[in-house]
Amino acid sequence: MSSPVAEHSEPLIHVSKRVGISRGKSWAIRGAALVLALVISGLVIFSIVHLSPLKVYGAMFEGAFGTSRRAWVTIRDAMMMLCIAVGLAPAFKMRFWNIGAEGQILVGGIATAACMIYLGGSLPTPALLVVMLIVSVIAGGVWGLIPGVFKARWGTNETLFTLMMNYVAIQLTSYAVSKWETPVGSNSVGIINQTSRAGWFPTIFGQAYTLNVVIVLALAILMYIYLKYSKQGYEISVVGDSENTARYAGINVRKVYIRTMFLSGAICGIAGFLAISGSSHTISVDTAGGRGFTAIIVAWLAKFNTFVMILFSFLLMFLEKGAVEIASRYNLNNFVSNMITGILLFCILGSEFFINYKVSFRHKHS
Amino acid sequence: MKKFLALLLSAVMVLSLAACGDSGSSSSTSAPAASTSGSDTSSSSDFKVGAILVGDENEGYTYAHMQGIEAACKALGIDTTTNLIYKYSVKEDQSCYDAAVDLAEQGCNVIFANSFGHETYIMQAAQEYPDIYFAHATGTHAKTQGLTNFCNYFDNIYEARYVSGIVAGLKLKEMMDSGAVTDPYIGYVGAYPYAEVVSGYTAFFLGIRSIVPTAHMDVTYTNSWFDITAEGEAAKALISRGCVIIGQHADSTGAPSAVQAAHDSGNANVFSVGYNVDMLSVAPDVALTSPQNNWEVAYEEIIKTAMDGGTLKSDYCNGYAENGVMISTLGSACASGTQEAVDAAIAAIKDGSLHVFDTSTFTCQPAKDVKGNVVNDGSMGYIVDGNGVVTSAFATDTDGNNINDADEAIADGYYHESYFQSAPSFSLRIDGITELN
Repeated sequence: MSSPVAEHSEPLIHVSKRVGISRGKSWAIRGAALVLALVISGLVIFSIVHLSPLKVYGAMFEGAFGTSRRAWVTIRDAMMMLCIAVGLAPAFKMRFWNIGAEGQILVGGIATAACMIYLGGSLPTPALLVVMLIVSVIAGGVWGLIPGVFKARWGTNETLFTLMMNYVAIQLTSYAVSKWETPVGSNSVGIINQTSRAGWFPTIFGQAYTLNVVIVLALAILMYIYLKYSKQGYEISVVGDSENTARYAGINVRKVYIRTMFLSGAICGIAGFLAISGSSHTISVDTAGGRGFTAIIVAWLAKFNTFVMILFSFLLMFLEKGAVEIASRYNLNNFVSNMITGILLFCILGSEFFINYKVSFRHKHS
Repeated sequence: MKKFLALLLSAVMVLSLAACGDSGSSSSTSAPAASTSGSDTSSSSDFKVGAILVGDENEGYTYAHMQGIEAACKALGIDTTTNLIYKYSVKEDQSCYDAAVDLAEQGCNVIFANSFGHETYIMQAAQEYPDIYFAHATGTHAKTQGLTNFCNYFDNIYEARYVSGIVAGLKLKEMMDSGAVTDPYIGYVGAYPYAEVVSGYTAFFLGIRSIVPTAHMDVTYTNSWFDITAEGEAAKALISRGCVIIGQHADSTGAPSAVQAAHDSGNANVFSVGYNVDMLSVAPDVALTSPQNNWEVAYEEIIKTAMDGGTLKSDYCNGYAENGVMISTLGSACASGTQEAVDAAIAAIKDGSLHVFDTSTFTCQPAKDVKGNVVNDGSMGYIVDGNGVVTSAFATDTDGNNINDADEAIADGYYHESYFQSAPSFSLRIDGITELN
């Protein structure tokens, strides 16, 4: 089969693992990917709808930040995304595939909504907020703890386990909705405590979402310190790199799994608290709305650096809000904006390949 | 260096592309701008309409609303390209409030929302913007909330459903007369088990039973307004139970497609009645008709009121008499004589000689409490006599316990549907209909 010339031929493209890449170079590659994404989206926009890409990008920016209210809505949703990503960070750093954020958000949300409904009249709002925070932490934490314990004790597959916990949480939410819906059968809970506003986040400095920002940024900073400087954070990264190394070093791997999954679930539970008490004031099976999955992208892209996550949360929310605006303004279908989001994510995720691997072409030998 | 040059080159390409795109679009947009400035719509040129939609034009229910809004705007001289702003695919949560406030800040004078779960969010926005008119389809709160800038609207779709039931009943009768079918068994794919759906399928069933008195019906709920797969599966399950007519109160083409598939695989005796849109394109051999809302009438009324700065009614509701509802073109599968029967029924509804929920045409079992004891004193919302005929039924729930306790709806021998409020209130479970889930 082999021909005599084969020993001289070299593949046209040669891919090799990069040994080390400077931070500047890696960010330059990411920047180039962003530019490439904008170029491709521009071509797509122009060829399909014959609109100036610059105009479309301008409209997207206006949709996300055009007025102070729009900017605050973008901030609120970016904070929600950030909160989930912060929650996922310790689990994924441990190489524990927690794809159960959706469920952890929902059970945190159910706990919050239950407090609003049953305690709304009897507790003052500040006390109620504390109670809701605690129960949402416990609810989300337990939802994360269950797959953690099963993995630690019986070595179950956490990907399937956390995924299935999502479906259980969705069914629980359906049950809660059917219990609280008005009228019966309509599948709609409506705004909880619309007139009394019991259990709603208070308006601080004239802004309804100040508390969302404060809570999530605090979580992001604490998580950064926890992962980078604490002993427990170090244990997480050792377990993530190699379970055997961790065991050899005397780390109680089971304990780390259980502890970290409680933490991860608890923060996702707080995200549920933010979604209900700090933003929508209602509950439905769409309360998580796929954000538990999108946040995985945020966490991975940011390499679990919670400050970089802020950037990616805003990027994704910018795309989402911008998409809604161009759909509304140019009567484009939502699918066009989904295409732009898809192209951007594809390029940014693809750039990680070029950061980790070097591509060289065959040199010409005379 | 080479890389840098390549990068620079690509950047130049984008910019040049952007530049030519710019010139292309500006030349195309200047034309309509010039034409509108020359037209005589100056009085309404700054009047803006905003609409919050639960779906987009690919979803039958929302598509019908868009048709209605656009027709109403055209009739009132509002430019739909510049002064009508849509918000597509808005979920029934905080994003609905966000959308409403955003439309208000964009200068809309009247703002609509078309899905049941939007209501509380629209009310919240209406409280904050008292100078803007807000209107919500299918909701129930306008009458009791007392917000002067907020109203509900709906159509007497039960009238069109009754008429579509007559269409189905005639087909059923034809099949029974020819001996092809012996059991007059109807299946119905419903969305959620509450008044809007119950009222709809009961009207449909009463329409069928006016032709085939022995008909009986099973209802399956999908717990979603729009779920092609679930609706298709539900229809398939009903067909396998032996149903020969499949009706629906769900927004997709799932059920008619499933019926067409059954027909194609050799089951010649099953037919479909759709909703919202003409189903002949997806089910050409089996679609009989679809009850449809003509939303234009309500939209025109409300926008007109807002343009004149007038006072809103709490509810806007139109039936056949106001041209607010209709049925789509009859399919080729319909029995002969259907058009005549349809025309006669519509005429009778219009002149008031035919009432859909005539209490002499149906019976109910007395209400039971949670322990199973019969409670027939009206505290469960209705009273029946010894023959099962309903003698009293309330239409409104004032204390939020989900049992109707106000507004006696039975008078002159029929249930007054959509009489006290635009949203349907008929939620009696009548004999002959079985809810499967």
